[in-house]
Amino acid sequence: MSSHAQGVKERVARGIARRYRRERNFRLAGLGAVLVGMAFLAFFFYTLIGNGYTAFLQTHILLEVELSESSIDPDGERDPQTLGRANYQGVIRNALMARFPQVEGRNDLRDLFALVSPGAGFELRNQVLANPELVGQTIRQWLVADDDVDMLVKGHMDRTAEESERRINDSQLGWIEQLEADGSVARHFNHRFFTSGDSRDPEMSGIWSAVVGSFFMLLVTLALSFPLGVATAIYLEEFAPKNRWTDLIEVNINNLAAVPSIVFGLLGLALFINFFGLPRSAPVVGGLVLTLMTLPVVIIAARASLMSVPPSIREAALGVGASKMQTIFHHVMPLALPGMLTGTIIGMARALGESAPLLMIGMVAFIVDVPESPLDPATALPVQVYLWADSPERAFVERTSAAILVLLAFLLVMNASAILLRKRFERRW
Amino acid sequence: MSQATKVEKDTVPQVGAGTVEETSVPAAPDIRVVGDTYRTVGDYTSANPVVRARNVDVFYGDNHAIQNVSLDIGKNQVISLIGPSGCGKSTFIRCLNRMNDTIDIARVHGEILLDGEDIHARRMDVVMLRARVGMVFQKPNPFPKSVYDNVAYGPRIHGLARNRQELDRIVRSSLERAGLWTEVKDRLDEPGTGLSGGQQQRLCIARTIAVGPEVILMDEPCSALDPIATAHIEDLIDELKKNFAIVIVTHSMQQAARVSQRTAYFHLGRLIEVGDTDQIFTNPQHELTEDYITGRFG
Repeated sequence: MSSHAQGVKERVARGIARRYRRERNFRLAGLGAVLVGMAFLAFFFYTLIGNGYTAFLQTHILLEVELSESSIDPDGERDPQTLGRANYQGVIRNALMARFPQVEGRNDLRDLFALVSPGAGFELRNQVLANPELVGQTIRQWLVADDDVDMLVKGHMDRTAEESERRINDSQLGWIEQLEADGSVARHFNHRFFTSGDSRDPEMSGIWSAVVGSFFMLLVTLALSFPLGVATAIYLEEFAPKNRWTDLIEVNINNLAAVPSIVFGLLGLALFINFFGLPRSAPVVGGLVLTLMTLPVVIIAARASLMSVPPSIREAALGVGASKMQTIFHHVMPLALPGMLTGTIIGMARALGESAPLLMIGMVAFIVDVPESPLDPATALPVQVYLWADSPERAFVERTSAAILVLLAFLLVMNASAILLRKRFERRW
Repeated sequence: MSQATKVEKDTVPQVGAGTVEETSVPAAPDIRVVGDTYRTVGDYTSANPVVRARNVDVFYGDNHAIQNVSLDIGKNQVISLIGPSGCGKSTFIRCLNRMNDTIDIARVHGEILLDGEDIHARRMDVVMLRARVGMVFQKPNPFPKSVYDNVAYGPRIHGLARNRQELDRIVRSSLERAGLWTEVKDRLDEPGTGLSGGQQQRLCIARTIAVGPEVILMDEPCSALDPIATAHIEDLIDELKKNFAIVIVTHSMQQAARVSQRTAYFHLGRLIEVGDTDQIFTNPQHELTEDYITGRFG
């Protein structure tokens, strides 16, 4: 008996070290995987932020701008139409020439004028229209610098490189250094990035039209996919008979969740635009397409959360004589709602980040105006990222990264609110 | 639910095929198996019945879960159903308020009358039936709402109270009758799930009696409770029988002996013996009943 026990003990002892080693190895492998993942994430954010943070600042040039009455408002009536038609770019050119009086010759002057963005004239015009009293005065004005100047000032362009290697020539470099020397070049917060639409000039471009387009699209998606998805889930889970047809529907819904999103884009093109004749590039169509894409996700999440409600609650409600509908809407739904909301928000976050189906319905267009309704042409944040990533100008590189950062911030907020909702409304029983 | 089905699955085939009673207990002269019928020992009728069940069969899919059970539930009386696990006690009481309807594969045959009305009749609404036949479950299952809302839910959905004062009165009297009022009167707004296990079960009983049922079905109401809470519930049952007919499923034979006036012994989906509780526990007529109550199996 005791010798037998001894034998068992020895055999167990022999194996025990190996068991512990296996456990330790598994834990090390898991820890390693987590560390590798964190390293990739850190690298991703390092590159994004390193590339992108400069886009939140914009180089400006300080000039004495003479808003002479003769050039802006020759009639002297301060008529907004006349004020609006004046040649503000010419005013800025005059200011540049006054700043650098030694510059002569067409080519040199063109180089000089290129220091300031073509958009600076529009901004000056808006300023005068808003405040006509400026006419006749000479104001010290910070004007938006051209994107090449911006890149040079931000250090993305090598000043010591050969002249042919950079987009700023030697004389331009000289003027910029002259301006820098007396403090007339400065970087200010880039509000245009958050308030304007797309533009051919990087310094004038912003994400606002894309943000509004994405917002309208998500609004349509949410308004359709949440009620439809939840109602579908409730019907399928609680009311539909369990037979071959509902099995078929269930399999199809699960498969739809895995269909590549571009296929939904093609469906949207064929159905909503070609058949129903809805406008192209419009957030309403984008929202419809994204609804098709998110519905399976919402339905699956809602069904899972309905299923996770303990049967004892249903029995309790049925036991006191609640009808099936009352049982579901008074007791099961409130318990399942946090799960449903979480699923919906995660589906919405996926929809926000989706670009492929939008390419099919014409939302890749170059949109300058901020859309005012879901029927106006618009683009979306991820599509804007794609468009900028495709642009040749060096200044769009930082803007691409910055737009990605904004997109990620939105996703983070959405996912965090999903977690918050779940934590807050989760009830225990 | 699926668990209940599974249990039935495990036990039922033995009955249908080999007729366990005949093979494993050969000296059982009281069971005459002729096809699918047999005879229950003792008097299954009641002088003053609320519920009369006759020849009830329940199938879960192909499984014959209970067979040809006839039993009366008397007014102002507690009847306990005892028997080994999977013998069909719970299945039987779930027939009485048609809770088996919620299981897709369950089919119920036979006649069940509540005050002379067939509960399977087309005129009988299942919502109405469940208001008249209340149920208390094995695990306390208060709604994740306040104590007040738990009790008020039934009266609200059935429109039993015309105004807030009336509802308050119903809630208070139900909690009083469930012996819970003094313990919860200061925390009616707190969640019912925050009460102790025994209090939760009494809250469930209060919720049931708030609707004013005629019959209360209790499916092992004390199996999740400690002895003190159990004693509390047992006192309560004794009190409640003045107003309600009570059917209690229990695994504790002491409990059955303490609280009930009649006892029914189920075995493998059959009702073997019914009788006064005293007689069943002191002088069982059927050998299976005797084996069970003396602890030889079960």
